[in-house]
Parts: sequence; structure tokens; C-alpha cells
Amino acid sequence: MNLQDIRTPALGQVLRPNVWDVVALVLIIGTMVALVYGGEQTTLPLSTLDVNPVSLDPANLPLYALRTTMRMLLAIACSIVFTFIYAALAAKSRRAEIVLIPLLDILQSVPILGFLTFTVVFFLNLFPGKVLGAELACVFAIFTSQAWNMTFSMYQSMRNVPKDLEEASQSFHLTGWQRFWRLDVPFAMPGLIWNTMMSMSGGWFFVVASEAITVGNTTVTLPGIGSYVALAIQEQNLAAIGYAILAMLLVIIAYDQLLFRPVVAWADKFRFEQTASASAPTSWMLDLFRRTRALRALTYPFTALNRAVSNLHIGFPRLGVAAKGGSERQSHVIDAVWLTTILAGTSYAAWKSYQYLAATLDLSDVVTAIGYGFITLARVAVLIALATLIWVPIGVWIGLRPKLAERIQPLAQFLAAFPANLAFPVFVVIIVRFGLSPNIWLSPLMILGTQWYILFNVIAGASAFPTDLREAAGSFHLKGWRWWVKVVLPGIFPYYITGAITASGGSWNASIVAEVASWGNTHLTATGLGAYIAKATEAGDFPRVVLGIAIMCVLVTLFNRLLWRPLYAFGERRLRLG
Amino acid sequence: MPLASAAFALANQEDCMLDQPNQPSLLDIRGVCRSFPKGSGEELLVLEKVDLTLRSGEIVGLLGRSGSGKSTLLRIIAGLVAPTSGDAKCRGEAIKGPPNGVAMVFQSFALFPWLTVLQNVELGLEALGIDSAERRKRALAAIDLIGLDGFESAYPKELSGGMRQRVGFARALVVHPDLLLMDEPFSALDVLTAETLRTDLIDLWIEGRLPIKSVLMVTHNIEEAVLMCDRILVFSSNPGRVAAEIKVDLPHPRNRLDPMFRQLVDSIYARMTQRPEPRTPAIEGIPGSGVGMVLNHVSSNVLSGLIETLAGPPYNGHADLPVLAGHLQLEADEIFHLGEALQLLRFAQLSEGDLMLSDAGKRFAHLETDARKRLFAEHLVNYVPVMGLIRRVLDERPSHSAPAARFRNELEDYMSEDYADETLKTIVSWGRYAELFAYDEQSELFSLENPH
Repeated sequence: MNLQDIRTPALGQVLRPNVWDVVALVLIIGTMVALVYGGEQTTLPLSTLDVNPVSLDPANLPLYALRTTMRMLLAIACSIVFTFIYAALAAKSRRAEIVLIPLLDILQSVPILGFLTFTVVFFLNLFPGKVLGAELACVFAIFTSQAWNMTFSMYQSMRNVPKDLEEASQSFHLTGWQRFWRLDVPFAMPGLIWNTMMSMSGGWFFVVASEAITVGNTTVTLPGIGSYVALAIQEQNLAAIGYAILAMLLVIIAYDQLLFRPVVAWADKFRFEQTASASAPTSWMLDLFRRTRALRALTYPFTALNRAVSNLHIGFPRLGVAAKGGSERQSHVIDAVWLTTILAGTSYAAWKSYQYLAATLDLSDVVTAIGYGFITLARVAVLIALATLIWVPIGVWIGLRPKLAERIQPLAQFLAAFPANLAFPVFVVIIVRFGLSPNIWLSPLMILGTQWYILFNVIAGASAFPTDLREAAGSFHLKGWRWWVKVVLPGIFPYYITGAITASGGSWNASIVAEVASWGNTHLTATGLGAYIAKATEAGDFPRVVLGIAIMCVLVTLFNRLLWRPLYAFGERRLRLG
Repeated sequence: MPLASAAFALANQEDCMLDQPNQPSLLDIRGVCRSFPKGSGEELLVLEKVDLTLRSGEIVGLLGRSGSGKSTLLRIIAGLVAPTSGDAKCRGEAIKGPPNGVAMVFQSFALFPWLTVLQNVELGLEALGIDSAERRKRALAAIDLIGLDGFESAYPKELSGGMRQRVGFARALVVHPDLLLMDEPFSALDVLTAETLRTDLIDLWIEGRLPIKSVLMVTHNIEEAVLMCDRILVFSSNPGRVAAEIKVDLPHPRNRLDPMFRQLVDSIYARMTQRPEPRTPAIEGIPGSGVGMVLNHVSSNVLSGLIETLAGPPYNGHADLPVLAGHLQLEADEIFHLGEALQLLRFAQLSEGDLMLSDAGKRFAHLETDARKRLFAEHLVNYVPVMGLIRRVLDERPSHSAPAARFRNELEDYMSEDYADETLKTIVSWGRYAELFAYDEQSELFSLENPH
């Protein structure tokens, strides 16, 4: 039956060309032209960057903002492709899952700016003397800040596809490919979009940080908001920093209104609920698209393409009904071979890494780095505690007032997306002016951008706090300390933990840029692992960069496993309301 | 009668003309067994040597309690689960994966929430690679047939339960399957909606407007089976096997108040309550008895309420199950659970479709709370072996405490993990009510201590 059935629709479409085919053609050609143009720009030799250096003229800012945004979009596209492939592999193959999921877990805790050190060198060597290498390194850094949590979300959704829908798609003979596009992807969509949004928020920080970077003898300055700020710091131009912050504000607002809100509103239909919800997300942009015929027409080719692609009869090995018996033994043998291969590979990698590090480093270096690690750990812990003390009461206060929460919540989310490193110079100027101790006063920079995650999660938790419980507490005259401990704090706990995990992860990442700061020729350094990695990067001292990253990775993983995960599990088990 | 049999005769004639003279039956199930791994790693038999043949033009019902393996059998036929042993053939071909010409309607509807009604209905056709014009035509025809006109562009979440299940039917019918499988298709709907849907479906069937040859449906609702089916296979539990086959010769449309109808329903109730189940604690090691008895969770409040209802008028200690089920608005399956729990605790007795309060049950009805708890505790220890075991272990241990895992492991020697969970939940809830022991959920520990 297959052959005939495939041929009929394909023929049917070819025979009836319509106006949208023309539109599609124009669009595809347009994309090609854009690609070629962009390609020409990036294949220019690196020296063009020196010929047309970044200038502090505010008139150039729109162009810089555009380049920064393009990098972001490119990275997010890469992240989505990566997510689909990696998550699908991990979710569909048990053997791949054994390796891929722990790998992802560790990758999540590797400091992103640490990647940059290696990728800059790697990509510059891959395209020697070309801007493309530097661009790719920057995009890759953003990619590493975005991809992991998106992949996790997709993987988890794919593992939790409702059983009845799975049976329905099997029963109606959907192929593996069709099932992926018709069931797995739509089901994963809400989680994926939420995580993409969080990733984009986090990404601004790294795009700004990675546009102007020095690794050993190589200094790369890609035109963008990040390099603009770097130059402003060098020239001690506070006004330019103000312009940059303003430009960034506008970019983030535009991106939120023009891209993400429409996507979130559109994706509302994928939410797996059988009942209509009271308040669906809205977007004026999406409404415009839906009501305007001409704009709407733009989406038709994509819809058609999506239909055609998702309906291809590509057979994946079908899951579920497996033949029993003889193959079981064989499967065990393959398992054994697979595990042995993984073990051998791991041992080899461990041995190679040891050799590489042992050539230049000795035990005292390790001890020093671990010591620095604990200093940074202490900073993160103290800062999270301080942020908690400040933002939990404020968040609860706001969250219990719906009108206020409605207005503050977008602001808090916006602040979380804003790259805090743009504001660093303002703080550094103050520290320099008043001669404050960098060891203490540089620390707050680590949490400058990430504290908002605590705030907006607490607001969300307090907003969701059931009215009847509040009324019950009121009628039993629960007040003061007792009200906080017995009523509100347990109620918002799961939300707070979610926020605190994000904030703490972000602070570790930020430590690499926050523990060293400069203003003109004044360089401030705080003692800590972040500064250790930053200095090693600048000196091109790769063994120390590897060591610093490895230790940060271990500390972050331990911090997550020993503190956050148990707390999260406890919150989910005992304190989740409803 | 005349109308229905005429339609059937017509359908059969057509089949004979179309198919070869020596036509294979639509469905041929021979000696099919299926087992699932128990918590302890051994296999638990849920379906034992089931035979079933299905021919064109009949509606066959698989009737049984939850856990009798009827849904598993349906999934084997749908190609979603492979049989452990035995032969399963559809249209003469062994079933490996979902067979062609079979479509399924799900209890939970299983609609894709991100697709509109039309897209949901078209889904099965897309998978078959049918071109878009034909697809649209057939989908609209199915939507029209099933009474969904005007809802084509709605999303499932905008629809009521009844409308959603109509989409489920349209989606299954649009592929023109020979065999329609239905997995408790009406049990997630309210009483009125379910009835409308049943009669609509039967009307279409007897008018010969459904593009299908035969229907196989799973249900635990006895009246539903008698209302719709030409043949009912009654399943017994532990392990599931066909206990009886009942032919229903009543003409469509059937009337629930018809004395013949009532008689048939009563006789099936009787058949389902009279099975000689080894509920006595004497035989250790047999699934469903002794320590390995599966306990379905029934709240002690419900049990007390039921005992009070039975003791009072109009029942005065003796109730007819279909009447009681109707009065309490319970499904047959639920009333069986309750009756069996009472029977297990020797507060009542089930036989021939009746539920009779025992002397202890009558006494219970007139006691006040603390005395009830004491009587309940006494019966628990005496008649529920696992309760006696837990109490003994707690008494013997110097610490007077024991982890739940100790008993869970023992339970999992006899039953699957899910059933062990359910049984443990029942143990905790009944034990707490009877104040036999305390249980700490955080540390999963049974103990004799009670908080002061």
C-alpha cells in the first residue's frame, strides 16, 4: 500500500501550483541572499575589525544592537535544532540515554564563560584569519548558555507523553517521524517555549560578555553592544554606558513584544489541558498577524512546509510492541558491549586529561584552586541568603496584592533578562571613587542580574496562594512570626526553590565576570575561583582554565545535589498545594 | 426484531458476496495468555488461555471487573501489547503491531488537544497517506455522520465530554475499519450523555450506516453490555479468563425496563457475585488469598455509610445489588468493591446478586464511634491476614516499629507493584481508623506509638 499512497498526494500538490508557491519561492530566494550577504560579512578577514573599530558614537548603537540580536537569534535556532536531536535520541534510545542524560546534567553546571576560552581558540583555528571564527565562537557561547535546560525540558516532556495519546498514534499507524511531529513536539511545546524564554533571558548576559574577549594573545572585538560597553569602560565614558543600557532596554522590549509574546500566545493551544483556562496569554502582534490577511499569508508556506515535512513516511524503528524471547539475550550482549565501550572511553579521557594537567600543574595548584572555589562558594551562599532575606518578604507582599503583582511581575522578568554586566561599570565607578574593598563590594555584582529570579518566582508563588487558606489563617488569628512560618513560607516554598536554583546557577556563571572588574586603567580583583578562571583565560593559561572550570563544575554539581535537589524534592512532595 | 435482523441479514449477505466462500473470521484468538512482571520480579498472569472468535455483523462485549484482563485483551487485539503465548489473528493474519482495518475508541478520548476536531479526525487518514481532497471529504462525512456538524474548527478543550467522545468515534470511523474496538468508551461520561451516545451509536449500527463490520467493546457496566451487545463474554479475575458467554437475543432498540432485560441483568449480577473465590485466609501462597490478598482501597467512612444504609429501611439488612447500585448511583464495579470489602470483614455477605448484612454488621450499625473502631479492629486482625501479620510483627519487635518496605516486599511476592501500593494504602487507612498502629509517611514506618 505504501508506494501508491505516497505518490498520490505528492502528485496532487505538484499539479496545482498556487500563489503561495510564488511567495515561498521569493522567501527562499530572499533567505539565500541574506545568507550570502551575511556570509560575505563574516568571511571578511579579521583585520577588517581593526580597520572599522567599534566607536562610541551613539548613532552606531542601532546597528550594534542589530548584530547582537542576530547572534542571539542564530544561537537560539542552533539550540532548538540541538534540542530536538539530542532530546529525541535520549528519549527514544535507552542506550543513548545512559550517556546523554548525565552528560547534560554536567554540561548544565559547567560555567559558560569557561567554554568560551576553548571555543574562541577552536573556532579561530577552524577559520584562520576570518571574522566567521570569532562570530561562531560568540554564537557558540550563547548556545551553551541556552541549550541545556531546553533539552532537559524536551526530554522530560517526551518521556511523559500521555499513554492514551501514545496508543492512539500507534493505533492509527503513525510512523515514528509523524509521531514525533504530531505528538512529541506539540506535547513538549509549552515547556520548551518557557525554557527557551528563560534561556533567551540568560543569553543576553553572555552575548554581551563574549563580544569582547581576550584569550592569551588573541583579542576579538565583534561589533555589538557588548564591545561598545567594553570600549566605554576603557575610555571611562559613563554617558556611553548609559546609551548602551538604553539601547539594550529597547532591544529586550522589542524582542519580548515582537517575538516572544506572540509565540507564547500562539503556543497556548499546545497546553495539555482538557478544559479551557480562564486567562489565556495575549499578544497584539499575534492578533495583528491573525487578523491581517497579507501578514497571515506569510505563514502559509511555513504551514504547508510543516505539513509536508511532518507527513513524510519515514519509518523509525517502532517502539512498544517488541518481539519477546530470543532477542533478549542478544540485547544483553549489546548492552554489555556498549557499557564496556563507554567505560573504556571514559577511562581514556580521564587518563589523557590527567596527563595534560599533570604536565604543568602539581597538587598545590589544585589545593589553591579548591580554596578559591570555597571562597566563591561562600560568596554565592551569602548572597543568596541576603537576596532571600530581602526579596522573599517583598515578593510575598507584592504577590498577595493581585493588582500590584500584575504590574510588577513583567518588570521583574524583564530585569532578570537584562544583562547585568552592562551595569557593572556603574558599580565599579562607585567602588573606585570611595576606595571600597573589592573582596566585599564586587560580590554583589554576581547576584545583580540573578536576584530577580527569586523575586518573580516568589511573586508567582504568593499570587497562587489559595485564598481559602489565607482566610482560614485570618479567622484563626494567625499573625506575625507564626503566620510567616506556618502559612505563607510553606506555601511559596516550591516556587522559591525554583527561583533560588536559577539564581545560584546564574551567580556561579557571573562570578567569572564579576570577580574582576576594571574602569579605565584601574583593575579591581576579588579573591575567588571566578577571578582565577578569568585571569588564566586572559593569560591563555589553558591548564589552569581547565582546572578552574573542573573545580567549579564539581562544586556546582555538589551544591545542586546536596542542597537544592533535596530541598526541591521536599517542596514538591510535602508543600505543593493542589 | 424484524428491523434489526433484516439489517444484519443484509450485512451478512453482502459479506458473503464480497469475500471468498471460505472467509476467515474477522478475529481469531486462541489460547492467549499474558503476564506482567510482579514487583518481586516474577511473572503475574493476568490473562489465561482466552479464546475468542469474532464474525462480521456482531457487537461483542467483554464484561468484567477492573483487573480481569479485559483491557489487556483489547490491547492485544489492537496490537499495542504482545501476548505472552497463544495465537492472535486478525483477518487471518497474525497480529504484530496495530493491524490494518482496526480502529480504537479510548476511554479518555485520547484526542490531540492541539488539533482541531477536523484535524483530529483527519489524523488517521494522514497516516495512511490519503491525499488531502479525499481526506477532507471523508473526514467531513464522518463528522456529519456522528453529529459533529458545526464543530469542525473547535479545539477539544472547548467541547463537552460527550462531544469529545463523538470526535473519538468520528476519528475511528473515518478510516473505515472492519473492526471497531472500544475501551470503556462511555465510562468517563455522565449518565445522560453516555445514554445519548449509546443510543445514537446503536441507531446508526442497526440502520447499517456505520462503515464497519463488527464491534468489540470493553465495559464494566452490566446494563450497558446488555443494552448494546449481541454476545457478552464475562471475565473472571485473578487471572482473567472467560467465565461465561451470554447471547443477547433482544431486538434493538432495547428497553431497560423490559422484564426480559431486567432478568438478564439480574442473572449477570448473580453470575458475577457467585464465583467461588478463595477468600479464606487458610490457603497461603495463592494469589488473592492470605497475606497476598489484594485490598482495594475503600474509605472506612464509605463502609460505615454503606452499613448504615443497609441496616436502615427499605433494605433492613438485605439489598438487591442492581437496586442498591441504582439507588447509590454507583457502577457495578464500584458496588462490587464495596460489597467485597464488607464481605472480607464479615460485616456482610454477597451471594446471587444480593448483599446481606451479617450479625456483626447489624451490631456495627448501632454502635457509637469508639465501639465501632474496636469492632472494626477486631475484624481486621481476625479476617485480614496481612493486618494480623503487621500487628504481630509490631508486637514482637522490641522497638515496636517496622518499615513499610518489609511488608511491601512480602506483598510484591504475590502481586504487581501497583496492586502492592494500593493494598498498602488500604492497610494504612484501615489500620489508622481502627487505631491498630500508627504510620509515618515521611519515614515509611509502622509503629505502635500514637502521638500524644
